[in-house]
Amino acid sequence: MHKIVTRKQLNPEICLVEFEAKDLALAAKAGQFVILRIDEEGERFPLTIYDFDAGKGTVTVVCQAVGVSTKKLCALEEGDAILDVAGPLGHATSTKDIGKVICIGGGVGTAEAYPIARAMKEAGNDVTVIIGARNRELVICEDEIKEFCDKVYVTTDDGSYGEKGFVTDVLKDLIAKEKYDLVFAIGPAIMMKMVAEMTRPDKIKTLVSLNSIMIDGTGMCGCCRVQEDGKTKFACVDGPEFDGHLVDFEDLMTRGARYSEKEKKAMDHYGGKCKIGLDKKD
Amino acid sequence: MKKQVKMREQDAKERSKNFKEVPYGYSKEEAIEEASRCLQCKNAPCVTGCPVEIDIPAFINAIKEEKFEEAISIILKTSTLPAVCGRVCPQEDQCEEKCVLLKTGSPINIGGLERFAADYEREVAKALEKKIRSIEGTKEKVAVIGSGPAGLTCAADLAKMGYKVTIFEGLHKPGGVLTYGIPEFRLPKDIVVREVDDMKLLGVELKYNYLIGRIKKIDDLRKDGFKAFFIASGAGLPYFMGIPGENLSGVYSANEFLTRVNLMKAYRFPEYDTPVNIGRKVAVVGAGNVAMDAARCALRLGAEKVYIVYRRTEEEMPARIDEIHHAQEEGIEFHLLTSPIEIVGDDEGNIVKLICLKNELGEPDDSGRRRPVAIEGSEFELEMDTVICAIGNGPNPLLLDTIEGLELNKWGNIAADEDGRTSVKDIFAGGDIVTGAATVIAAMGAGKHAAKTINSFLSSETEK
Repeated sequence: MHKIVTRKQLNPEICLVEFEAKDLALAAKAGQFVILRIDEEGERFPLTIYDFDAGKGTVTVVCQAVGVSTKKLCALEEGDAILDVAGPLGHATSTKDIGKVICIGGGVGTAEAYPIARAMKEAGNDVTVIIGARNRELVICEDEIKEFCDKVYVTTDDGSYGEKGFVTDVLKDLIAKEKYDLVFAIGPAIMMKMVAEMTRPDKIKTLVSLNSIMIDGTGMCGCCRVQEDGKTKFACVDGPEFDGHLVDFEDLMTRGARYSEKEKKAMDHYGGKCKIGLDKKD
Repeated sequence: MKKQVKMREQDAKERSKNFKEVPYGYSKEEAIEEASRCLQCKNAPCVTGCPVEIDIPAFINAIKEEKFEEAISIILKTSTLPAVCGRVCPQEDQCEEKCVLLKTGSPINIGGLERFAADYEREVAKALEKKIRSIEGTKEKVAVIGSGPAGLTCAADLAKMGYKVTIFEGLHKPGGVLTYGIPEFRLPKDIVVREVDDMKLLGVELKYNYLIGRIKKIDDLRKDGFKAFFIASGAGLPYFMGIPGENLSGVYSANEFLTRVNLMKAYRFPEYDTPVNIGRKVAVVGAGNVAMDAARCALRLGAEKVYIVYRRTEEEMPARIDEIHHAQEEGIEFHLLTSPIEIVGDDEGNIVKLICLKNELGEPDDSGRRRPVAIEGSEFELEMDTVICAIGNGPNPLLLDTIEGLELNKWGNIAADEDGRTSVKDIFAGGDIVTGAATVIAAMGAGKHAAKTINSFLSSETEK
């Protein structure tokens, strides 16, 4: 059991949860993820590690309440506990001697881009961050990122904050003006695909962090398999980072949607059983 | 000579709709009757067939004399998981194959009697449990990695010798393949839980969600004071066929499918959150025990048609005969001498059909089994919604890659001798991570041998 020490609502859909996990906090590195199981009936599902504090012995995740499992997590309060946490899983982000880096976070992916951008900066790289959200209310982690990074751009689809448009609009301007060594994109599959397409002509190395459906997260089941350069890879053990120019995004999106009908059924069941938490907003 | 007492089981039609255990087990009277048929051979050939050398005639004699507690005590002297082994051991290739009565066509049902003794203890003789007092080890700390049959056996034996044993399990439940792989109807999960609880009485500590190689490396455990390591991480890397269409939404590895159903209880969705898509028509590729388990689960989840697709004939099938029969009785259809060559899907990534070739048998291959050879122009199609690949598992490299100096064989398994020694002095290994996918009892045998080896290693280290 992992006691929740901090819980914050970052926006109407997204919450931050910091929980106790002593050994995990010692081992965790930026770019890695954990697999959670909230209760005895719960699924195992992956979340990127947002932050970790070896001194306090805590790990923090940021979660968007979209399905039953993520709603269950967001419904927990400080003092409650998460049943199972396994990790750290996946490879850590390589940050050594990269040079000029653009980190792009879309939606809840901004929280996943945060630790990577920070680690890139700490390793001495030149870091620019682009945050994308549908509207002003949904922008997250901007202040946290500005604490260590002075080149931060925000885009909103409706123009209610920052620049109106998509992260790719800012990216286009940046790469037209200067040479970059790496673009790192985390967010919806379609966003990562658009980013990869934009950097392809100039052959700018582009990494994407894939959030496939997983069960064990240890390479045992192959549920999270993705296609990179025509080869089958497991996002959990070979990733979560892959070459954005080589990933088959169509395959990723199709496989990501394969339980959408069942997810609806699960939501109906959850909604019927548990009215509390569904409309929870701090 | 009397014939073997038949074990009663759930009707095939009825059971194909539920996940309840198939054979009911012997009643007291039936067990005594079956035990009475044993010839009590002086040279006990059956014992030579048992990887953990259970004194089979002695425990059978105890059952015959209605001394059921004594029967289970005899089994427990050398075995750790009798309720499990009585159910899932391939006795027909082991103890029962050596039974003198095999010649009469009716060997003693040793597995059935073992199960009876174990279940009797579980359900009736609770008093016996209390005799196993919680003990605390006084000797060195030993780390066991993986809580499947090899790990559990090794841990129990080491704990009985007085070592402080910690088992590190990567998943959230103990048992390894006993829990995520073997379905409820073949091995009820409360039996695994119970066997693991016994382990805790021996003073063994279990840490779940604790993936060695990620959260800690072997070197970290050395710093934590562990003096020896037993790696029993299993065969946890699923093979796919390498044919077009394998990434379609309805294609599962048997590991994924069984883990969803067994470990995550997808058969109780939406009460349990984990879903599984089954469709109307399901093909399971392969014919081992895992394939039979997957096919029988698919049937129970409501598939209208379930096929086993296998490239050789029934004779070469690696599954236990009992399991093949169970599958056939339940209505699973077998496409033999058949190899899938392509899975065809629609625009949304759903499977539409499976394209296969017919084979004939050619010359024997390395395994001694006749090699399937594709017949030219024999291509045919099967309408399909779901395809489950049950063609085997390789070693999972996640832990192995983090251990310096650990030699692997050409298949990527740990190179270990029969006693479990590896190229690293304080690291021992056994079970599927050494042999590749094998049986529960073979893994238990390996765990047993390794416990002895670890004991002599640590004893000689202490003398130094």
